[in-house]
Amino acid sequence: MKADIILAGVGGQGVLTVAKVVCEAALGRGLKFKQAEVHGMSQRGGSVQTHLRIDEEEVLSDLVAQGQADLLVAVEPLEALRYGTWLAPEGAVVASANPFVNITNYPDVGDVLDRVAGYERHVLIDAERLAKGAGSVKAANVVILGATSVFLDMPLEELQAAIDRTFARAGDRIIGINRRAFAMGRAAALAYRDGLGKGAASKDVLAWLVEVEPDALIGDEVPTYEA
Amino acid sequence: MERTELLLGDEAVASGAVDAGIGGAFAYPGTPSTEIFEFIEQEVILGEEVSADWSANEKVAYEEALGMSYAGRRALVSMKHVGLNVAADPFVNSASTGVNGGLVCAVADDPGMHSSQNEQDTRWYAEFAKVPCFEPATQQEAYDMTREAFDYSEAVELPVILRLVTRLAHSRSAVLRTDQKQGKATRYGELLPLQDFRDWTLVPLNARRRYRDLLGKQPRLFEDSDNSRWNRLELKGKRGIIVCGIAINYVRECLRRNPGDDWSILEIRHYPMPAGLIRQMVEHCDEILVVEDGFSFVEARLNGIMGLPDKTILGRVTGHMPASGELTPEIVAAAMGHPVQPGQGHPDLMAGRPPQLCKGCPHSDSYIALLEATREYENPILFSDIGCYTLAVMPPYEAVHSCVDMGSSISLSSGAARAGYHPVVCTIGDSTFVHSGMTPLVGAAQANLPITVMILDNAAVAMTGIQDSLVVGDQLVDLIVGLGVDPEHVHVMDPLPKKRAENVALLKKEIEHPGLSVIVPRRACIHVGRKKKKVAEAIKAATEARA
Repeated sequence: MKADIILAGVGGQGVLTVAKVVCEAALGRGLKFKQAEVHGMSQRGGSVQTHLRIDEEEVLSDLVAQGQADLLVAVEPLEALRYGTWLAPEGAVVASANPFVNITNYPDVGDVLDRVAGYERHVLIDAERLAKGAGSVKAANVVILGATSVFLDMPLEELQAAIDRTFARAGDRIIGINRRAFAMGRAAALAYRDGLGKGAASKDVLAWLVEVEPDALIGDEVPTYEA
Repeated sequence: MERTELLLGDEAVASGAVDAGIGGAFAYPGTPSTEIFEFIEQEVILGEEVSADWSANEKVAYEEALGMSYAGRRALVSMKHVGLNVAADPFVNSASTGVNGGLVCAVADDPGMHSSQNEQDTRWYAEFAKVPCFEPATQQEAYDMTREAFDYSEAVELPVILRLVTRLAHSRSAVLRTDQKQGKATRYGELLPLQDFRDWTLVPLNARRRYRDLLGKQPRLFEDSDNSRWNRLELKGKRGIIVCGIAINYVRECLRRNPGDDWSILEIRHYPMPAGLIRQMVEHCDEILVVEDGFSFVEARLNGIMGLPDKTILGRVTGHMPASGELTPEIVAAAMGHPVQPGQGHPDLMAGRPPQLCKGCPHSDSYIALLEATREYENPILFSDIGCYTLAVMPPYEAVHSCVDMGSSISLSSGAARAGYHPVVCTIGDSTFVHSGMTPLVGAAQANLPITVMILDNAAVAMTGIQDSLVVGDQLVDLIVGLGVDPEHVHVMDPLPKKRAENVALLKKEIEHPGLSVIVPRRACIHVGRKKKKVAEAIKAATEARA
């Protein structure tokens, strides 16, 4: 597989943890990769981004070139838009629908979500709600990772094993929360894509998803959107 | 024993130094270099017997490393690019004294100024001091070159610069670590025999001799550079690229997408510049593109003042690429004639999200009190320094009127006070104070200048990710008094919202005092506890990974 990924969010949202899980999975597959981070400001509520490049052959540039990213993954919707110039024409966007407003000039949230929904291949996820459903709002980053798995050419068991390894030190309870968060994120992304595929607007599918119990998304009978 | 690890460029340098057998690592924190030393600290906890304590500043770190080298043991010193300004005196002179045990100075430059006040290029320092410089392009090269740099340093008896840039320093990839170096000069072996101490004693008689010795080494350095495995020339078409350091990755990336191109390529990662290879390149090519991250080091010398007749040199000076900022794959691709098409941006809907003081940060309370205490003055000067507290340059505080270099807030205040300005208040962190604030405070105390110095004691070097500060708490107050400040005008305050009125009154009173006052707002950074937990977890993980 080959994937050029931009991961973005706000300091403290766990963007680098998502990158770490994907790196772990890539390592598990014997793939080559480079992951370029921005340090120094990450704890202080500023934008955080990392470029992650995975390939079967040697990865050369540490940075993804503009217009070349296969995937743009953001734990915050404005941060997704910030890196729009990096996205390839066929690229996909996965973004949390939950704004993190720590600036006074944050744009209209509806406009921000509309812009994300304007990308042909995209998923918007109410990540915080699902993370709470999984057991901790802190797992919103892993919900986003689960949603990302829909677009990632990587075996699910490899990603799940990478999550287990990444959170191993935090104990079984945290591993459980993150496994559920991953599964819920993935299921919600599939349900969202299914709804859009039926011709529904992003807003309507999101409004429907808010009514779906998070546990139902990982149950035996996953509900689907009906117009 | 060989093993592959996932390492940042910084960590690759650190592991290279550990495996080269260093006896000590010396540093002061500074983005993007901090993780070099932090990795070595972790290796120490895992059992490597390397001396590793943070130094008070980069000059001290360099001198400590040089002392270890004189004594016959390998030493690593690391810093950010502007740190080498602080360490420039011992650095430049150590080229004359020479070294005994291998001495490698790893310097992380910050093109694009991600978290620095300039983007100076350390290759100029290496040339200025007439010492070799290695510039890795990948994490693996960072490891391999660091190991080689120690051997080379001992072979030529000179310090060797290892130049990193942010993009490599903070990018992670797989690195193969190989067997540790044993024997003399390493921490496993005997010290090297002492050299003649007159070589280290640069009184004019010796200094002239040692400078001639340094000049005498130069032809060998140029010859080694021409023959270095890190400098490679491949002659093909009449258009050529001279590409330095990490920029080769962007060039190769473009070539991979455009396999039909037949550029001649000269890769440079070992300096002084390989003059012989460059001449061959220039003879062969009509047009040469110079691609380097940082200043126009090679390009400027290639063109010189007179230019090269019948040759076209393209680069940052000529405007073929931006004159400042970090190189990117798209800048290099455009320079090579293959511009990439950016995706759809949203400039009309975008808002910046700059870093800011954390919720509950003690600095917030200090600045709120300071602003309130100085509100009645028309134009108070509020000099400041380098650290987290510099973020108070942003609204709603806008209480930082300078950020020039470490420790400068106090000396700037002295100068302004001597100009007759009042009021002059400055803010400086506990670690920045120990780095370079003590010396100007001595002078201000002796002259009893009418300035108010706030030393913000948050018990940590916070901006770089929470490292231990050398002097905090009561010891810091003792230090201030010991430097000659009148104890009647040294006060500790609690930067807490409930103490605001009291703090404002204290500040007002001391600002009106016609001599020097020092106020120490004391409250630990909110991240100190979290960092300790994180370090403990990382060490546990590393221990398990090794087991």
